[in-house]
Amino acid sequence: MTIGSVPVRFGITIDRARCMLCGRCVENCPYDVFRRDEDTIHVNSRKCVACHRCVAMCPRDAISIRQRPVDYRDHPVWTEEVREAIYNQARTGKIILAGMGNAKPYPVIFDRLVLDACQVTNPSIDPLREPMELRTYIGKKPKKLEFRYDNGDISLETTLSPNLELATPIMVGHMSYGAISLNAQKSIAMAVKETGTFMGTGEGGLHPSLYPYQDRMIVQVASGRFGVNIDYLERGAAIEIKIGQGAKPGIGGHLPGEKVCEDVSCTRMIPVGSDAISPAPHHDIYSIEDLKQLVRSLKEATSWQKPVFVKIAAVHNSAAIAAGIARSSADAVVIDGFRGGTGAAPRVFRDHVGIPVEAAVASVDAKLRSQGIRNEVSIIASGGIRESADVAKIIALGADAVYIGTAALVAMGCRVCGTCYRGLCPWGIATQRPDLVARLDPEVASKQVANLIHAWTLELSELMGAAGINSIESLRGNRDRLRGYLLDESTMRVLDVKPVGA
Amino acid sequence: MARVTIDAAGMHYTPLNRRIREAVASGADEIEIVNVMGQRFIADGLRGDVTIIIHGVPGGDLGMFMSGPTCIVHGNCDHAPGNTMDGGKIVIHGSAGDAVAHSMRGGSIFVRDNIGYRGGIHMKEYRERCPVLVVGGSFRSFLGEYMAGGLILALGDPARRTGKERGIGSGIHGGRIVLRGDSLDRRCLGVGALARPLPDEGYERIAPIIREYACWFGLDPAPFLSDEYVEVVPSSARPFANKYTWE
Ligand code: SF4
Ligand code: SF4
Repeated sequence: MTIGSVPVRFGITIDRARCMLCGRCVENCPYDVFRRDEDTIHVNSRKCVACHRCVAMCPRDAISIRQRPVDYRDHPVWTEEVREAIYNQARTGKIILAGMGNAKPYPVIFDRLVLDACQVTNPSIDPLREPMELRTYIGKKPKKLEFRYDNGDISLETTLSPNLELATPIMVGHMSYGAISLNAQKSIAMAVKETGTFMGTGEGGLHPSLYPYQDRMIVQVASGRFGVNIDYLERGAAIEIKIGQGAKPGIGGHLPGEKVCEDVSCTRMIPVGSDAISPAPHHDIYSIEDLKQLVRSLKEATSWQKPVFVKIAAVHNSAAIAAGIARSSADAVVIDGFRGGTGAAPRVFRDHVGIPVEAAVASVDAKLRSQGIRNEVSIIASGGIRESADVAKIIALGADAVYIGTAALVAMGCRVCGTCYRGLCPWGIATQRPDLVARLDPEVASKQVANLIHAWTLELSELMGAAGINSIESLRGNRDRLRGYLLDESTMRVLDVKPVGA
Repeated sequence: MARVTIDAAGMHYTPLNRRIREAVASGADEIEIVNVMGQRFIADGLRGDVTIIIHGVPGGDLGMFMSGPTCIVHGNCDHAPGNTMDGGKIVIHGSAGDAVAHSMRGGSIFVRDNIGYRGGIHMKEYRERCPVLVVGGSFRSFLGEYMAGGLILALGDPARRTGKERGIGSGIHGGRIVLRGDSLDRRCLGVGALARPLPDEGYERIAPIIREYACWFGLDPAPFLSDEYVEVVPSSARPFANKYTWE
């Protein structure tokens, strides 16, 4: 006991004057923070993860939660997080696993970019009265179109590659069944159908109850190849090869055996209770040529009817990698920035490996343009897209569309408590426990996710209208509509944006 | 019995696969492909109850995602035949390259001669689907790496192993690798793998597979059947269970 216990992270107090002893906090907390004893509610603050379920359910606003009610001695270098990580590892000698996205206070580039608007010259457009084109096509675009003229009839000679048609450039990224609940996946599926966009299945197969939404699904093929067979590939609207993930670039995934329940076992196609280990590399990919082989094998298997995406984590040389991907027959490259969320990742990777999506997308777009192959692939940006302004900014930096992940979960109630790995998500999202999953009603949650996508789409068209742009294509890569505010010169050079006032 | 012959000389793999699909759709149950010279992805994602006889050397990923058909190759194979294959059979009258049966989840592959590195990597199994990879000759390092299920049977003469076939069953967390011989040099075992004499029920299980192997290649099964075997299995079903602590 040389270390002893560390201070509680969250301190809970109940305002006894307000509490009516309804017991909802007791029922709602899967972490057993609350206990009822005759005419009082006892709390055990140490178990609290600040998921806010009790706060949201208390009819009398009687509960308050304070972060770090016991201070450490303040120190700018030896922060609480650093000290607690050392205590943890001094005790266990193990790798620390953590949830959600990057938790280090790196500056957010998005927050140092501002958008443009028209004044006097070049009038702004009112999206209420004028049509705004947000429809986005993901996939290869031909370099040029060839036509055949026949007695006054014109027909297209060029064969077009299959593209996904999105009503809005906002999709929901890959969160697997296993990482999130079936109700959460269903909610997202219903929402993307409603809003005319798409979602990713994650590396967890496709549950039969999602078949009705399969034409809105991008099925994922990752290094574990879980749940991948020809039926799965044919059901999806598109196929995505996952090479890497922003939350943990360079390493694989690992779904522990205890989470492989009957249903998860059936979609992943592995025995109940066995570990699902996704190795770091794909064992048939050791080079760009091998990647090309996998892309083509998927196309060949599905008779070249489906777009194939390749997702990589944003890392130092993303641009060169993306250029290789663009030449591999892939139809889109997904760049997942270092703020991407995850159910569980080693803390050291989550916080220290990878680069921000803003810089990665800008450099990928620039590289593809400089090589004259930007039309060969669409760019999908993901990892840390928090609001519609981020969508507008990343499109102006060169993306075609975005994947949102955490934002969609937050729309369903997620409080970003970061303890998804415990499998006890009180909001029924990152859990497989039936009573908790039942808390998430897909009818209601899907509406919320659809509302979010709808609201962002409206904001996006307002932002475009204000800038005098009536089509998303005119915003794409349009860095002139961005200015860097207190961004350093070298970052601005990478982003290819000017400073404010210039 | 409807039989179709395709001359693949100079043909790209996409039109070749299109021809194969058309033949299957029109009810062919035997397709003979001659002059195969490195075309990849033959029978990729193909379904159905059809036998494809290949003369020549198919390129990488023969029978990838395949679900049902039988491919008989009269020649060698490039890398990863049976990659993520779901069901059906691949019989190779020759040798094959690296990553044979990568992530295979059902069906069987019989290689008469040798295979390259990482054979049977990440094979898995689910319910009645238990993939089988049989190698008649030698194999290189990392046989059955990351294996999560299924069976690899290596029938090659143990006296002819070089001892350089390191990393057998490295990271194995399911399934088994059965090797001919009464022992296995421990230095050849991968991390997390354990070698032990094949138990009696193991012999019962491999006997029909050995007979099928012998039958495909016109060999006498007796010497294989009378020999001794060892099996390589996971030393723990949870190789990574002790690596992590929570934040
Ligand atoms: S939910 Fe609120 S009112 Fe109900 S018992 Fe808990 S603290 Fe009291
Ligand atoms: S999904 Fe659930 S467990 Fe994960 S951060 Fe959100 S509220 Fe917490």
